[in-house]
Parts: sequence; C-alpha cells; structure tokens
Amino acid sequence: MRAPSSELPIKFDGVTVAAGGVTILDDIALTLAPGLPTVLIGPNGSGKSTLLRLAMGLLAPSRGRITWGGLEHVPPLKRAIVFQRPAMLRRSAAANLRFALRAAGIPHAEHARRIAELLELVGLHALADRAARRLSGGEQQRLALARALARDPAVLFLDEPTASLDPIATKAVEDIIRAVSERNIKVVMATHDLGEARRLAGEIVMLHRGRIVETGAAASFFDAPQTPEAGAFLAGELLI
Amino acid sequence: MPDGPSALQLVLSGDPALFAIVRLSLYVSLSAVALAALIGIPLGAWIALTRFPGRQGIIVLLNALMGLPPVVVGLAVYLALSRSGPLGAFGLLFTASAMIVAQTVLVTPIIAALTRQTIEDLWLEYRDELTAMNLGPLGRIMALIWDARFSLVTALLAGFGRAAAEVGAIIIVGGNIEGFTRTMTTAIALETSKGDLPLAVGLGLVLISIVIAVNALAWSVRRAGERLAG
Repeated sequence: MRAPSSELPIKFDGVTVAAGGVTILDDIALTLAPGLPTVLIGPNGSGKSTLLRLAMGLLAPSRGRITWGGLEHVPPLKRAIVFQRPAMLRRSAAANLRFALRAAGIPHAEHARRIAELLELVGLHALADRAARRLSGGEQQRLALARALARDPAVLFLDEPTASLDPIATKAVEDIIRAVSERNIKVVMATHDLGEARRLAGEIVMLHRGRIVETGAAASFFDAPQTPEAGAFLAGELLI
Repeated sequence: MPDGPSALQLVLSGDPALFAIVRLSLYVSLSAVALAALIGIPLGAWIALTRFPGRQGIIVLLNALMGLPPVVVGLAVYLALSRSGPLGAFGLLFTASAMIVAQTVLVTPIIAALTRQTIEDLWLEYRDELTAMNLGPLGRIMALIWDARFSLVTALLAGFGRAAAEVGAIIIVGGNIEGFTRTMTTAIALETSKGDLPLAVGLGLVLISIVIAVNALAWSVRRAGERLAG
C-alpha cells in the first residue's frame, strides 16, 4: 500500500493539441483521480495516445493547462508509461529493469531484490538473462510493464497494452494490470478493445475525433450509454 | 629480378626487420583508431542528440571529411608539426607520434560520421522510453553508446581499414625512416620503386592478412554480442 501521492489528481483544463493545422485533441476537461482503472476508449485516431502522452508529461498542450496534484510542470518521477510498441533496450531482460531502476535513482543495493520481484510479478524470472529483443511479443509487453513498475509509479499509463497479443498473452497482461491496480497504483489505459475495457475499467472516458463524448462509471456506461456515439460504439458500429 | 628470398620465405622466416615494420604499422594505426574513437564517438553522439543552428552543415562537412585525401592531411599535419609550425615546439615531425596524429585526423571524421548516424537511428527508437524515464542528456548519451556498441564496432573497423591502408599521410609526416618510421604501406611504396618486389609483395600479403583477421575478429565479436544482447 502506498501513501497518497502528489501526482493525483491529474486535471486537464481546456486542453487542446494541434499540430500542422490538425486538431488532435479539442478542449479536453478531465480529472484522473485515485481509484479503479480509468480506461480511454474510442476508435483509432480519436486522440487516446495523445491524451496519455499529455498526462505523462511527454507532450505540452497547445492551449489549456494540465496539473498534477495541483501543480504544473511536475517531472515524471512517479509516473510511468508503457507505449503501444515498447522499445526494448539491447540488453537482457534483467538489465532492462536494472537500467530503469538506476534511471529512477533506486539505491544500487536494492536492485537485485527489486529485479527478482518485478520478474516474478510479470512471470519472466526464468528469462532474466535472455536478450530482451529476443523475447516474444507478449513477453516483451510484460517486461515493459515490469520496467515501468520499476519506477515505483503512483500512476501507470498503458497505451493499448494488449494490441496484437493472442488471448493467452492478453490474459497474462490483464492479470498484471489487475495486480498493479490492487497495489493502489492508478492505472490509466487506452484500448479500442471493448471486451478489455469491460474487464478492467472502473471508469470509462470515451473519445471521438479529439473530443470527450462521454465519461462515467464503467457499469453505467456499458449498461446505459448517454450519447449516440457511445451507443453506436458499444453496438459495434463503425464510428467514423 | 633481384636475387634474394621470395616473398613467402620472408614472411614465414619471421624476418626481424619485417616483424618490426609490421609491429610499428599496427602500433600507429591502432593508436590512431583508439584516439579517433575517444574523440569521434562522443562527438558523433553529441551531434546526433543536439539541435543547434548549422547542424545540417556540420553533418554534411563530417560526411565529406570521411573522404579526406591522405596526402592533404599529411601536408596539413606536416605544416603544423614542422619547426616553424604552431606545434613545432614538440619536435614530433618524422616520429611515430606524428604518424599517429595524421591518421587520427584522417580517421576521426569517419568514426564521428558513422557514430552520428548509428546513434541518431537508435535515438529515434529509444526517444520516448528514455524521455519517460526522465533521463538527463549524459544518461541518454551513455545509454545510446552502450546499446549501439556492437554497431559502433563497424565504425571502428572502417576507421582501422582506412588507417591501415593509407600511405600518403604517414609517408609525409613520418618520412619512411628505416627502423624508425617505416610502416608496411610506406615500405611497400619504397621497395616497389626500388625494385625489391619480394619484400613489397611479402608486406602486402601480411597487410591484407591483418586486415582480414581484424575484420573477422570484429565480426565475431559483433555476432556474439548481438546474440547475447539482442
């Protein structure tokens, strides 16, 4: 269990991102508070990844402001992200974790213990010495999760963590995400897989064409969507 | 055809004069590659990761300098090291050190330009991850150089090939003095013009064998490394 962190809540206030004349996110107002996972859903290109990058602090808004625990420009010391295609360092699985621990300023004496714990958590202890880039897609995704958790984050952002994984690998990743959430780490995840959103979400934020069309508790969102876009998306219609 | 031992006999008999020439050549070229790596790898990595006005011009210049004519480098280093030159006080002209300086000048742009390309490609792949880990500029450079280490072996090889093969720069600044600054390439040039073809051919064979052996060694290091580190 962890003490309340200054990272949360993350507040978006009138946030717009535009690049090259294209508006990627338009006037986003959103609060990410401690609690169950927040899942961003919406079709490809709806702005989910951009929203995650903003919340991580990798991208600055063109207009509006973002605050972490009430402050602007908070360095990402207690935030971590798993990208849709994580880049594996050209080192062993264990060395990828050691690199993240060192980058996070974790004392050297704790590295061996933390690496063993993290590999255990994601079920990769048998592959500690394998070159990370030689791992399968699902194993790489789990290693990326462990590497993000090495930073001991208060918030973990996940960008389509199970895209292109088979059901077994997907289940392994989702189990880890559940375990992470139970440790009081706030999970904010983007997916376009509605089944996954149902399985993991406590709260849903639906994006379409760069705007938030609906937010709410997962149960009520799936039972009774309030907007025609959400209804159409849930009905499996193609949202264009 | 002058009398004397054949090229093969010379090589196989372990002729001490020939051995000294080979040893000096390796000493000069390997020292030059080591110095050029110390300068070129950090320089290339820095250019890869830094945005500044005139950067494109520097990259074009660096790529152009990969093709520096050795005789021109030899002349420039000669002028710098000669008694009346800016570095004349060190008295380096016609020494092995002068040859190392000349080859370092020749090889540094090759290593820097190839490092710049390698590190920049890797940076594109790693940028998001390293930024998300809140890594500072020095940490980024160290991580990228370390992870590119097996590709950088190729840059060092290109530099060594260039240094080991060139004659124009070292013959000017070294002077091809027997037992002192005579290397394989300068000896080959001299012996060929003197007509001592067996010695020239023998040295040529040794030179080619060394270049092949060094490349084979580096290639296996790279393959083994990629197997271990991905």
